[in-house]
Amino acid sequence: MAQARSNRPLSPHLQIWRWGPAMLVSILHRVTGNGMAFAGLGLLLWWVGAIAGGAECYATFISYVWSGDAGALSAVTAILGKILLVGLTWAFFQHMATGLRHFVLDVGAGYELEANARWSSFTILFSVAATALFWAFVLLH
Amino acid sequence: MGNGTSIGRVRGLGASHHGTHHWLLQRLTAVGNLILIPFLLVSLALLPAHDYATVHQWVAKPIPATALVLIFINTFTHARMGVQVMLEDYIHEEGGKVAAWLLVNIVPFAAMAFGIISVIRIALGGA
Repeated sequence: MAQARSNRPLSPHLQIWRWGPAMLVSILHRVTGNGMAFAGLGLLLWWVGAIAGGAECYATFISYVWSGDAGALSAVTAILGKILLVGLTWAFFQHMATGLRHFVLDVGAGYELEANARWSSFTILFSVAATALFWAFVLLH
Repeated sequence: MGNGTSIGRVRGLGASHHGTHHWLLQRLTAVGNLILIPFLLVSLALLPAHDYATVHQWVAKPIPATALVLIFINTFTHARMGVQVMLEDYIHEEGGKVAAWLLVNIVPFAAMAFGIISVIRIALGGA
């Protein structure tokens, strides 16, 4: 790496570019995907493992993730749990929309600057609206 | 070592004939998730309550149990590949690469096994 500290120009990174919708949703796709891979699948495993473990295990899961009725620690983690659940549903809808955008880009469509920016912005509108609708349904159901 | 032919010099060194496999499997599992995860979200949203008895009874039914087993296979395969690409982009030291290689080749399969065993236990009784 003798070249590393020379005065040769470095390849530009995030701070160089002017932010645009395509760049934002590309980054969001990676962030939401990896977030779901660790936090989402971790929570899903805990959930299904708690059901398999029996009523007491499931009650512990609910206390720490949702209701917060198992002491001070669970009261704190239950707030985080609700934020996590809403965050994960948003992450899913965002990742799904940008994933569908990838399918369109994979067939070679949607690269025109204006269409690309429009559909990129639309994925964010979709994910926020779908998350709001989903939780409105769950809480009012 | 002789110079050989150009194909002889690269054979066995890279992704020849398998280059699209990773990319294609990522798309295939994406299509699977596109069906399986909305099924899970809608089913959970439609449950009348989320107490132990209701949730246990739902998971134990054949279609939800099948869907959950497929979800564990599909999501962990998809997530494993996505995390692998992310790690390949950001980890450049040899030690880190070994750690990343262990992470993406062990954890998802262990997690997948735990999830599937849990669903089987719920579906076939025992708890």
